[in-house]
Amino acid sequence: MAPKGLDYELLNENVKKVQYAVRGELYLRASELQKEGKKIIFTNVGNPHALGQKPLTFPRQVVALCQAPFLLDDPNVGLMFPADAIARAKHYLSLTSGGLGAYSDSRGIPGVRKEVADFLLRRDGYPSDPELIFLTDGASKGVMQILSTIIRGPSDGILVPVPQYPLYSAAISLFGGTLVPYYLEETANWGLDVNDLRNAVSQAKSKGITVKAMVIINPGNPTGQCLSEANLSEILRFCYQEGLVLLGDEVYQQNIYQDERPFISSKKVLMDMGPPYSKEVQLVSFHTVSKGYWGECGQRGGYFEMTNIPSKTVDEIYKVASISLSPNVPAQIFMGLMVNPLKPGDISYEQFIRESKGVLESLRRRARIMTDGFNSCRNVVCNFTEGAMYSFPQIRLPPKAIEAAKSAGKVADVFYCLKLLEATGISTVPGSGFGQKEGVFHLRTTILPAEEDMPAIMESFKKFNDEFMEQYEDHKGYSRM
Amino acid sequence: MRRSVIGGAKRSSLFLLNQAHRSLLSPSPPPLHHHLGSSPSSSATALLLLLRRLSSSSASSPPPPNMSNPVTVQSINPKVLQCEYAVRGEIVNLAQRLQEELKANPGSLPFDEILYCNIGNPQSLGQLPITFFREVLALCDHPTILDKAETQGLFSADSIERAWQILDQIPGRATGAYSHSQGIKGLRDTIAAGIEARDGFPANPNDIFLTDGASPAVHMMMQLLISSEKDGILCPIPQYPLYSASIALHGGSLIPYYLDEETGWGLEVSELKKQLEEARSKGISVRALVVINPGNPTGQVLAEENQRDIVEFCKKEGLVLLADEVYQENIYVPEKKFHSFKKVARSMGYGDNDLCLVSFQSVSKGYHGECGKRGGYMEITGFSPEVREQIYKVASVNLCSNISGQILASLVMSPPKVGDESYESYSAEKDGILESLARRAKTLEDAFNSLEGITCNKAEGAMYLFPRIRLPEKAIKAAEAAKTAPDLFYCRHLLNATGVVVVPGSGFGQVPGTWHFRCTILPQEDKIPAIVSRLTDFHKSFMDEYRD
Repeated sequence: MAPKGLDYELLNENVKKVQYAVRGELYLRASELQKEGKKIIFTNVGNPHALGQKPLTFPRQVVALCQAPFLLDDPNVGLMFPADAIARAKHYLSLTSGGLGAYSDSRGIPGVRKEVADFLLRRDGYPSDPELIFLTDGASKGVMQILSTIIRGPSDGILVPVPQYPLYSAAISLFGGTLVPYYLEETANWGLDVNDLRNAVSQAKSKGITVKAMVIINPGNPTGQCLSEANLSEILRFCYQEGLVLLGDEVYQQNIYQDERPFISSKKVLMDMGPPYSKEVQLVSFHTVSKGYWGECGQRGGYFEMTNIPSKTVDEIYKVASISLSPNVPAQIFMGLMVNPLKPGDISYEQFIRESKGVLESLRRRARIMTDGFNSCRNVVCNFTEGAMYSFPQIRLPPKAIEAAKSAGKVADVFYCLKLLEATGISTVPGSGFGQKEGVFHLRTTILPAEEDMPAIMESFKKFNDEFMEQYEDHKGYSRM
Repeated sequence: MRRSVIGGAKRSSLFLLNQAHRSLLSPSPPPLHHHLGSSPSSSATALLLLLRRLSSSSASSPPPPNMSNPVTVQSINPKVLQCEYAVRGEIVNLAQRLQEELKANPGSLPFDEILYCNIGNPQSLGQLPITFFREVLALCDHPTILDKAETQGLFSADSIERAWQILDQIPGRATGAYSHSQGIKGLRDTIAAGIEARDGFPANPNDIFLTDGASPAVHMMMQLLISSEKDGILCPIPQYPLYSASIALHGGSLIPYYLDEETGWGLEVSELKKQLEEARSKGISVRALVVINPGNPTGQVLAEENQRDIVEFCKKEGLVLLADEVYQENIYVPEKKFHSFKKVARSMGYGDNDLCLVSFQSVSKGYHGECGKRGGYMEITGFSPEVREQIYKVASVNLCSNISGQILASLVMSPPKVGDESYESYSAEKDGILESLARRAKTLEDAFNSLEGITCNKAEGAMYLFPRIRLPEKAIKAAEAAKTAPDLFYCRHLLNATGVVVVPGSGFGQVPGTWHFRCTILPQEDKIPAIVSRLTDFHKSFMDEYRD
């Protein structure tokens, strides 16, 4: 028989190389256990609505009306929908050419891109050009679009933080580029040292790799740190010197749980630095409707904004976007609503503020409960989640546990996380899926389980962990220190 | 002081270097461009390294930038430069400019609106959505109103019931959550049942991957199949340029097979064989065959007998059959019926072990035309578990497709049934659209055939006509002088004179020396007579100007 076109041996090697731990072995095992009837607490994906967070009412009303525009002509529509939702639905329908059922411009609806630009002006104090804003089906699609434009082959390197959100490693393997890691320093609250960046670049160069771009995730995923203004300007200066395009993953910009370091965008810092930097450094920043207090993951809405990217390159990115016709239109409306929210005085304003504040304040409390919970466990240390949606505790695994993992054919943190899952139903992602220093182990959990469940979850984690440590720790002459 | 002088010198030398480099590349971007850092010019590399070292040693006051500019047209992925997608190419850009012009200066052009016949985007041209589908989607988007009494007054009873059913299939009823990366299991069950009802053969929900429209599914398969230019994909010519673009982006080789215009765009297996052998003789490993049925841009509907030959061919040659079946609802002639390739293969007795088959479906086409939703799926059969795992993994990197699109895909595959409250209105809407499309196809086909030098095959299905224009020598000369392809030249003139946007045949591929354009049949019916007369007038004056 002739070999078949999809024989495993014939598949694109880049596809086979891709690893994406967020939905990897742990997730699959958790799904199996769930099918067997076990209660699983999914903390593996930043997916707030799956864990009971309610959608904000106002945007859902507006999108429902856009889905069913015939309701707008119904005299009884006012019984079910507030006037401001009706007005907004009409507004967005007027920006489309054919409602939610028509492809939009491949870059997204021009009127919505204008609303994004206005938001960026308010946020950063610098004008933004709607022509340089592309709406996407979630931020991941945008990241993949940009990386596929940049990467030509294995000698093109992309600087990626370690630990990192594995979208980056997966996309880089998929496009056949080389991931050039730079390590975040756990003992310095996951800070970033520019000297390490320089070393990473020169090491890559010595291997014949041209580093073309640098990724930062701010606030950090999985690490939760917020970058300071000083740190961001160092990074931008570094990109300027090395001629790197900076890819700023800023999807967690609304998720800040402390007051010392508010979110500051790479764009604002770049513009504040003035020329030559503000005129030269190429920057692409990403945002989404999936995070923040919106958490509308299922909509797949996002955008990226390009700064200092030559117009011919923008044309090429546009062309590639056009092959996929357009991002989905309902999510474009969500994006419009997110960047242009209700204002004081609007009928639904009070409710909107109550709902959004409720989500954020609860997340802030949960971040605290979780960090404190981890730090109360034996052999576990955890930095505070300053932002984003995750805790990334370090688990100091005893040598006997590492041995046991090895004989089970598992990476040590995978071994630990599987045991945790079997014992407690808590589904986490092992640190090895994000990258970590040799011999150091972590896990990532989201801070998203419902607040009222949080104490019980942390208690069950502590019970498991402390028993695990008891089982594997060699007491003879081995101190906790 | 001194530092800044050095900085200036550095910058200008780099500038010159870049200029020199660029001039090497002009006029058009080359297929394979070497980045400065890896360029064969070793002196340039050495200079660059020297400059980099200098720049990293000067810490204070802004050092000069490294001008290697990571994302200029010269340094980006050459595969990106190579791919083309004419459906939204130059003609559309011109149309957008004209539209802005009309807005700014009404009455300044010989027409008062732009008619986008370049793209299968029905609702942008006034086609109304199917009410039932939209009711369900609205309720799923805003489920808190489901149990309110007033809702009964605004929504049909079966839409409320369907919304409940769907929400119950979604864990936590959370339409705002990422779903399983293949799509929500309950919706896949519904789709599988729909496929089974259509084909009369079983379908497995685990074979279904929901996607943001059919295009990402096509990309996913290309990504899987193509490792290098040694991997070939057999594609019809003319073809929908998604395929050529995706193959170019993934760095594979498009192996063309020609549809025969004389026999109504017939697909001959002898032609497939010929092209396959030719490609193999060049050392290309041909991995898959793309068939678009009903055809885009050609509108033909394959006969079942023909499909059997194609299945046999793929089985014998070990090719993956990529069946683009997004127009399966769009059939306009009573003598033709849509048969899915899966049904044809199963009716030949071929199962999973005989053939790798992928069927693409979309919510954007059919009578529903919900392009903006980006919903679709692929059904993959005959794949080994390891391969399926790879597909799942790639899907999971992007988390999931959008939930509205997923819900809509399930609705399209299980519309209201006889006896449901919405059945009557649903059927009336659906039949109204399909019957009108059939009339529009016929009117436009006849109009084209009445024009001097134009012949046009029937649109048996899909949404397009693909007339052939026999351009006079003088027009071809004029096009050459204007440095454009003759069909693009014609389409540009058509647009400038009438505001009708069509896509030149060169964007789809055509037998060399023949010229075509693609025109959708989607403008609303009341506009068709005006379009016909505009087209006719334009064509006459074009021919008067260029007739040999």
